[in-house]
Amino acid sequence: MESLIGPSNYFLFGFIPMIIFSFLIPMVGVGCFAYIMAKRVAPLVKAAPDYRLNRIPERIIHIIKIWLLQWRQPRYMTAGVLHIMIFIGFLVLSIRSTELVVVGISNDFVMPGFGGALGSIYNVLKDYAATVVLIACIIAAYRRGVVKPKRYAVPEKYGHDHTGEAIFVLGLIGTLMISESLFEASEVAASQHDVFLPPLSLVWFESLILSGASDGVLQAIHVIAYYIHDLTFFFFLCFLPMGKHFHVITSIFNVFFMRLDKGNTKPVRHDVTDEQLDDLESFGVKKIEDFTWKHLLDFYTCADCGRCSDQCPANTVGRPLSPRFISIKGRDKLFENYPLRGEFKESKPLIGDIYEEDEIWSCTTCGACEEECPLGIEYIDKIVDLRRAMVDEGMVPQSLQKPLGALEKRGNAWGKMEKKRADWAADEEFAETCTVKVLDKKETAETLYFVDSISSYDDRMQDLARATASILAAGGTDFGVLGKKEKDSGNEVRRFGEEMLFQTLKEQNIEAILGSGAKSIITADPHAFNAIKNDYNNDELPPIEHLSQYVAKQIKAGVLTFKPVEDGSKVYTYHDPCYLGRHNSVYDEPRVSMDAIPGLRRVEMDKSRDRSFCCSGGGLMLFYEPEEEERMSVLRVRMAAEAGANVIVTACPFCLVNMEDAIKVAKMEDTMEAIDFSELIARHMNQ
Amino acid sequence: MEILVCVKRVPDTEENEIEINSDGNDIERDDLVYSVNEWDNYAVEEAIQMVDKAGGSVTVVTVGDEEAEEVLRREMAMGAENGILLDDEAFEGSDGRGIARALKGVIEKGNYDLIMTGAQADAGAAQVGGMLAAMLDLPYASLVNSIEVIDDKKLKVGREIEGGNQEMNEIELPCVLSIQTGINEPRYVGIRGIRKVASVDIPTHSASDLGIGADEIGEGAARLKKVDYFVPESGEGAEMLEGSTEEIAEKMIEILKAKGGLK
Repeated sequence: MESLIGPSNYFLFGFIPMIIFSFLIPMVGVGCFAYIMAKRVAPLVKAAPDYRLNRIPERIIHIIKIWLLQWRQPRYMTAGVLHIMIFIGFLVLSIRSTELVVVGISNDFVMPGFGGALGSIYNVLKDYAATVVLIACIIAAYRRGVVKPKRYAVPEKYGHDHTGEAIFVLGLIGTLMISESLFEASEVAASQHDVFLPPLSLVWFESLILSGASDGVLQAIHVIAYYIHDLTFFFFLCFLPMGKHFHVITSIFNVFFMRLDKGNTKPVRHDVTDEQLDDLESFGVKKIEDFTWKHLLDFYTCADCGRCSDQCPANTVGRPLSPRFISIKGRDKLFENYPLRGEFKESKPLIGDIYEEDEIWSCTTCGACEEECPLGIEYIDKIVDLRRAMVDEGMVPQSLQKPLGALEKRGNAWGKMEKKRADWAADEEFAETCTVKVLDKKETAETLYFVDSISSYDDRMQDLARATASILAAGGTDFGVLGKKEKDSGNEVRRFGEEMLFQTLKEQNIEAILGSGAKSIITADPHAFNAIKNDYNNDELPPIEHLSQYVAKQIKAGVLTFKPVEDGSKVYTYHDPCYLGRHNSVYDEPRVSMDAIPGLRRVEMDKSRDRSFCCSGGGLMLFYEPEEEERMSVLRVRMAAEAGANVIVTACPFCLVNMEDAIKVAKMEDTMEAIDFSELIARHMNQ
Repeated sequence: MEILVCVKRVPDTEENEIEINSDGNDIERDDLVYSVNEWDNYAVEEAIQMVDKAGGSVTVVTVGDEEAEEVLRREMAMGAENGILLDDEAFEGSDGRGIARALKGVIEKGNYDLIMTGAQADAGAAQVGGMLAAMLDLPYASLVNSIEVIDDKKLKVGREIEGGNQEMNEIELPCVLSIQTGINEPRYVGIRGIRKVASVDIPTHSASDLGIGADEIGEGAARLKKVDYFVPESGEGAEMLEGSTEEIAEKMIEILKAKGGLK
């Protein structure tokens, strides 16, 4: 036989022209796909607005880095490499698959531009791509089916196991690879000429196996393989929007529209200014359509990979929160309320339906989930929006009502008197060596030290305020504090959904800061740092620095120098506070500063920098009484011990509260201590 | 069901450092922050929940000056439909009986099926509820920690008894109940909620509006006079239990048994 008859010229049983199917399958497939997509888009149209068409160059960089280059995938090495193999294979094979659809109609069709050398190179590439994808699918199926990594497990309360769906799709992909290559291999085997096939590729193996087969068998394989590929291809296309493989379609959009800034919180509504908030009928996300369209797109995009929940400290300690299921439950609700057939359903309040109050209060907003998500899914803003709705409905746990009430009346969660806010500076021993100016009409200073509530009022944390003040003095900085005019920065007030209280605190602080006339702000509290930097959104505010940035700069300038480390036998480790590290990318300055102390031995914990493990949460989280099996901070101090450290240095008063408690709870008082960065620096600096 | 809840604006014990004034007859009231009396807040929450189930409306009333309006608005933000302010210089210096008399006046002007007060307020006297019931000649249950509506004539109320015992009673409507904390979980009211009701009209009544004579209220009518106010001297130091955790626990149980805290 010269060559096989292609599907476009083939007649089944000698009289049914297969070309009919070559037309029909794509038409029906594309028609179904368009219908399904129209239904899927419906809730996005009804959702809240979200402005995401700004800063296009940055968004294109995200597409290149996070989507095309799969930047975040290797954070989980095995799964990441497998995914990159399949992803690149899909990209390469998309041209071949499109070409094949047309080949069913016109046998000699070649993609425009792929006729010559480019075509030959491409053919080698796509043959290897198919081989790589098949191998990746087999390994992935083995992992899902036999190894069963823990993060894929579905806890009972979240419904049935997802392994079936995963393996089914891997099977579909495998079918595509095998049928595509068989189509080609059968033709090569039947050909009398020598045709080059990439050695060791799937099609190379298949052509070897088929080399002895009769022409009849080869002809049958050729046509059957074609239509299996065609059918599987269009079935897969329509199956994608039914579950976690929707990400194959949505990921490029989701990554394009993903958040560009860290640390900030979304406004209550993107189309409403802070001044108009009072006119809003309802606050936050009460029903599914109250989410923004991007947040609904997030639900569609979730690939169910479980990395978020694997990193989530709340999930790790057994709090009733798993970010993965925030997405999966949201997606399933969308599928249920916007069915492919029949009327769209009336939305019910989400709390009490798919989400629970404790689930939503369990989040410390540490950001580990968002840092990890390879698809740019957002969680913190969703949690904040759900909390805004709960606050609006009065659904606030009693444990949080007291501190919120105190914040409203006294500007701090402890209900302490405003006039005592700067009392920490009056400590006799401290006042002898360091004077702290309270900025008012008479006193001015270059730099404002924003203390924030916990360091102003908590007996132990006042040490941090004093250490910070003495560092600023040693650094030769002219500084002062706001005293009673300073209110809580409100970082957690906003993140716990009390937007109007946050707005009040923000306005009072902005007025006080501007009134002080200071040219720059320094704080040692990452929560205050974050709120002022990322949430206050006021162009007139002077620039703010965290103490660690200030110290690193002063070391570099030679202003701050250090004595040798007090106890050379100690091993230090640095714990990255969420609101300094992940939310504001300050990772190096504290480390560089610590390393400037002669003789200080420092080790890194396994989970450090952008994978730091939250201390249990700061601000209002200190007051919340979660359901949990263990404390995050206890796990954290154990991680420090595993790293071989006996001193945990942190740069956040809330982290310090939690670490000091944890050391007691874990009965590690003899082997572990926790101190703040400011204390370490103040103790070692040459005055 | 029409429910009236009597509330009081009190210095917030959580957010103040209470000090005695220089005259020694009251606390230092500069720099204090105020909120609604905690017990009253539970009463309002309970009333709202009852109305949510059985229909009707909740009215909150307080005796105080303009500043007391703030607590009325807070309770209205929770869900009370109406607020009434009893504001008259004549009320100043009233004892519990005088306050009860003022409240009686406003209750007689309305048509309420149920009147609630907090079990007690900042002064800790726990007297207004009982006096009010007596003046109105209505049945009264104090320290109520559960309410169940049987029908529009009867309630089943639980009362907390010493030693953690519980008592259940049937009580006929209309009646007066004084509410214990813990009966429910009061909802949160934020700034936004208060702003929403900021412009709702709150009628103000004077003593004469309510037909109360000057001899029935105020300092002059008070039969109770405060003669001193002080912080008691702290007693001898506390007893520190020593030993292992088990030993401490055992000693603790012994002491509790000896003092009647455990049976």
